[in-house]
Amino acid sequence: MSDNVSQGSDQQVSTQPNYLLSLWRNKETRSVILQIITIAVFFAFLAYIINNAILNLAALGKTFSFDFLDLPASYDINQRLIEYTSQSTHLRAFFVGLLNTLLVAFFGVITATILGFLLGIIRLSNNWVASRLVYVFIELTRNIPVLLHILLIHGIIVHILPSPKQAHTLADSIFLSNRGLTIPDPVAGDGFIFTVIAFFIAIAGAVYFRSWAKKKREEEGKIYHVFYISVGILFGLPLLVFLLSGLPLTWHVPEMGRFNLKGGITMIPELLALWLALSLYTSAFIAEIVRAGIMAINKGQWEASEAVGLTRDRTLNLVIIPQALRIIIPPLTSQYLNLTKNSSLAIAIGYMDIVATIGGITLMQTGKEMETMIIVLFTYLCISLLISSAMNWYNKRLKLVER
Amino acid sequence: MKKLSIALAACAVTALTLTPQAAKAGTLEDVKARGVLNCIVNTGLPGFSYTDASGRWKGFDADMCRSVAAAVLGDGEKVKYIPATGKTRFTLLNSKEGDVIFRNTTWTFVRDVSVKLNFIHTTYYDGQGFMIRKSKGVKSTKELDGATVCIQTGTTTELNLADYFRANKISYKPVPIESNEEARKNYIADRCDTYTTDASGLAATRASFTKPEDHLILPEIISKEPLGPVVRHGDDQWADIIRWTVFALIAAEEHGVTAANADAMAAKKAPATARLLGGEGDLGKMLGLDKDWAKRAIKAQGNYAEIFERNVGTKTNIGLARGLNAHYTNGGLQYSPPFR
Repeated sequence: MSDNVSQGSDQQVSTQPNYLLSLWRNKETRSVILQIITIAVFFAFLAYIINNAILNLAALGKTFSFDFLDLPASYDINQRLIEYTSQSTHLRAFFVGLLNTLLVAFFGVITATILGFLLGIIRLSNNWVASRLVYVFIELTRNIPVLLHILLIHGIIVHILPSPKQAHTLADSIFLSNRGLTIPDPVAGDGFIFTVIAFFIAIAGAVYFRSWAKKKREEEGKIYHVFYISVGILFGLPLLVFLLSGLPLTWHVPEMGRFNLKGGITMIPELLALWLALSLYTSAFIAEIVRAGIMAINKGQWEASEAVGLTRDRTLNLVIIPQALRIIIPPLTSQYLNLTKNSSLAIAIGYMDIVATIGGITLMQTGKEMETMIIVLFTYLCISLLISSAMNWYNKRLKLVER
Repeated sequence: MKKLSIALAACAVTALTLTPQAAKAGTLEDVKARGVLNCIVNTGLPGFSYTDASGRWKGFDADMCRSVAAAVLGDGEKVKYIPATGKTRFTLLNSKEGDVIFRNTTWTFVRDVSVKLNFIHTTYYDGQGFMIRKSKGVKSTKELDGATVCIQTGTTTELNLADYFRANKISYKPVPIESNEEARKNYIADRCDTYTTDASGLAATRASFTKPEDHLILPEIISKEPLGPVVRHGDDQWADIIRWTVFALIAAEEHGVTAANADAMAAKKAPATARLLGGEGDLGKMLGLDKDWAKRAIKAQGNYAEIFERNVGTKTNIGLARGLNAHYTNGGLQYSPPFR
């Protein structure tokens, strides 16, 4: 890169050292030179490792290609959210694994958030016993590696729960055994579509009511219980239509086959264990983040709210939490990312996520370590960046708007 | 622990990207310079490779590692065992963590050709079977419709299972597991109705139960599983050393050479055994070893028959008959090309 610099000074050979020195002494050109050198070193390193990878692959006699993705995978996967057989391609196996990863991450994030907020608020409550109990739970949970949580919960499910023939059952329709949690399969009858339509109408109604109530509040100062009324609309209307249309929904209750329950929807022990373990583990961290966020709000805010006559609940909902969220969201994002990435520990108990499918069996059966690992790495990168940008968008929306 | 496999795969990629292209030293030179043979074995399969109470590696595969170490390094104890799961073994070999795999590994087309491995010889002819509790009342694999099946992930058995059940239109629920030990635990906990792996592995696993008689190995063998040692593509000398060490053990059985009588047999100078044991000619030198290499290999752990009978034979609690693995003179398939 220094060629570029010396070219300009070809005519003044005798003064070249001074000229270069003066370029170096100039603060602006120096920073440009340093940046050029940094980029050159970075690309040289990149070229070196890529070249090495090519040479080493060649030494092993391996080619670099993603053609294997079109070949039949030849293995079965026990949890499939999309249609998949052993005749499907490796690419499809990848998507099955990806959906399994996303499934556990999605439910994990939701339960961890709800649990984390509850724990965080209880931790701050004036009830000494409740606060201490939560404190013990948090310290115990977050100081044990998540892999042990996963193995422990999986071990409990598999070793302590009974086999399917002696399954714990609720009303002979929900079964819990060491093969998982099985619930009846809903079968929609004629006219169920009306209930679905009613549900969408209810959503629209709730949204409209919300803005109407807001307007009323701003114009007339009249306060409605927006939350309860919305929930009432959302559940009440579909329920009413469902009853009027003559309960057009039947349940396909699982029955005991020779080995396993047949029919119904089963949550396999591996999914249960992974979901519970990730939720519990992450909720402990979220609880601390929530506690920190609330405690960071100036005491004056509480006192001011009290002075204008707000109840404790309304203070929390209208004053404290909206401000605390600004502190909570950024570290919360890291927890969501951690949870998603920790889901790759699924392999320990045989949950078929993306690492177990494309990064495991496909890698083994095709010998394409480089290609499969690149796919897995980029997939995690993409998921993480998506979560990150969604949370950043939410964070921006919550930001203090300065007027 | 299980994260290991991911870490290993990542390491393999890193190794591929970061290892400088060294001048190609042969594996033999590497092993000699190191003074230790890095042998990739099963993490724990009774009878084949497992550690006993004192931490010593034992078993059919573990012993063959010692035979090779004795031939190459002159001391059968100069072996570093690298335990690998079904998923990590090839990565460990290709990233040069190990010199050879002695880990009940099935010889298949794709592994040989596309995964770039060299299969040496079938040291154990096996086939895939199923084990099930007698209390389930199943007498044949055809009755397994709807069953939950434990499998070791990343193995050929996983693929055979999918093929066999599809061909027979039987539905099943797979539970993929990393190691034989974990599979055993899940089977014992009744997480799965049946466990499938190589029949030898099933016999070995069953022998480790507190009540082996409560478990049945179903009669059907659904696949061919030729198991044997594996090396990397591209080092013919090293492949020859492993191949002819194994052949030496088989030839020793044929000629009645055992660990106990190897020295005496070498002194006798009968033509076939003399060439094998270094009393005549210098076959060892052609391999890059010395002339006593085969004698040392045999003296280390005995000939093929001795290794088999000591570890998995009918007198052990695993109780496997020689069957296909008998010497060809006894109607089996074990056959060594001539040493000349």
